[in-house]
Amino acid sequence: MDLLYYPGCTVKTSAKCLETSGFAVIKALGHNLVEMEEWNCCGVVASLTDDDLMHHLAPLRNLIHAEDQGQEKIVTFCDMCGNTLKQTNLRVQESEENLDTLNNFMDQEEDYKKSVDVQHFLEFLRDDVGFAKLKKSVKKPLKGMKIMPYYGCTMLRPREVAIDDAEEPRILADLLKSLGAEVIDTPYKIECCGSYHTIEQKDLTAKRAYRISSSAQKAGADAIMLSCPMCKFNLDHRGKDAESLYDGYKQIPVYYYTQLIAMAMGLDIEECGFDSHTVDPIPLLKEKKVI
Amino acid sequence: MTTETNTEIARKTNDADTPEVSALNIYVMGKRYLVPAGLTIMAAIEYAGYQFVRSCGCRAGFCGACSTVYRKDDEQKLHFALACQTTVEDGMYLVQIPFVPAAKAKYMIEDLKAEENTILSLYPEIARCVSCNTCTKSCPQDIKVMMYIQNALRGDIAKAAELSFDCIQCGMCAMRCPADIKHYHVAQLARRLRGKYIDTLSKDLKKRVAEVEGGQYDKEIEELVGMSEEQLRGLYNKREIEAKKKKEGE
Repeated sequence: MDLLYYPGCTVKTSAKCLETSGFAVIKALGHNLVEMEEWNCCGVVASLTDDDLMHHLAPLRNLIHAEDQGQEKIVTFCDMCGNTLKQTNLRVQESEENLDTLNNFMDQEEDYKKSVDVQHFLEFLRDDVGFAKLKKSVKKPLKGMKIMPYYGCTMLRPREVAIDDAEEPRILADLLKSLGAEVIDTPYKIECCGSYHTIEQKDLTAKRAYRISSSAQKAGADAIMLSCPMCKFNLDHRGKDAESLYDGYKQIPVYYYTQLIAMAMGLDIEECGFDSHTVDPIPLLKEKKVI
Repeated sequence: MTTETNTEIARKTNDADTPEVSALNIYVMGKRYLVPAGLTIMAAIEYAGYQFVRSCGCRAGFCGACSTVYRKDDEQKLHFALACQTTVEDGMYLVQIPFVPAAKAKYMIEDLKAEENTILSLYPEIARCVSCNTCTKSCPQDIKVMMYIQNALRGDIAKAAELSFDCIQCGMCAMRCPADIKHYHVAQLARRLRGKYIDTLSKDLKKRVAEVEGGQYDKEIEELVGMSEEQLRGLYNKREIEAKKKKEGE
């Protein structure tokens, strides 16, 4: 099956490994991701202000481009993009007036006909492929890997666009189980990573990364698995920074779920782009004999 | 030039002995002038009595010096054009934009690398793009301005360079942008990065540079340097024009 793919800027720059490993996985599952012919930045964070429609132009323009290509669904890897596109989609579904205003402004585009559904790749795996079926594709179970699933905020909030329960999500835990890993649950799985504070307040973000990662380690985890590129940078990179703030602290590796699926399916390790990580994720895979 | 004289000119052009040329009303910075139809905006403004000191360059659609903003009598939206390339229309309210004071990043191209974040680090404001597409609408060259900014943002330098190739740096995009992006400077950086680091070097260029450095043309240059202005003019006027030669050949 061909799926229309919305990439977003981050997977083309700092999170290339999320895209390459995701592509490897979807190909191995017998599907094909086709990148949208024309797309722009998702808008990054949907504006929640009633009259701030300007910031809904970017996401809506992407939805229009999907309609231009005659598609009713777009799939995306990035949590932030998925969240932003879904929130704008919802807003225009609910407010004809907002949609009119936006359509009128974009007078060089076709009007949006509200036909597009935005799907996170995790939703595609859970709802369209099914974790049970995914489990059958596993050739090298992640046996002995103790992993904390980390959700962050944007895939769970607000409720209207969430892909799982905001307080007790299970999608990543279920996925880990199907890959044969041991799930380490901690209350910090839905704690904010610090998000964009990472630019101006590096220490604050490093401290948050420490809180999340050290809680995982205390519970016995030797790695973290997540989906969001923003969370990945903060836990992996700022987590490494935290080593200089806390005596004896050592940051554990942080994996994208697509990378762990690829490894469990026995796909080419080159597609995982592990060399772009701050904390080397390879030694643990070797130690647990996954590779 | 007064409106009265304009009316006289119009009357004269409508004389029975001369072929009929319709006259149009245009407004230059708010003042009305009657000009003959068929002129470019630039020629019409000159017809009205103005002499260009700025806002005029090559007169051939290449240099981008004559960017013009106009509105038509019955429209609420602004239009953007090059004065030397656009035919004047009745009821045009015109203003020339001779210079755009957009800030330009300072860099040494030799010190840069063509990486995903190279453009973003020199022009971080591209991340403020809200995809309103106002830049595209303001481009007299019909370039997909917003799309090349989006390509720059996602680190696709080659694509940003390709999409912006026809840019003449008039700067209208930067004047209209609500996010203060300096599109045309971003585009120039993209093309420089592509030219220097992404595209393969032309073998012919390498050969020619070696010829130049090997002194193959030194004698000709020295001869030219030694010539008087008169000799240079003569040589220039007798120069071989490829297109002309071809035409004569036919």
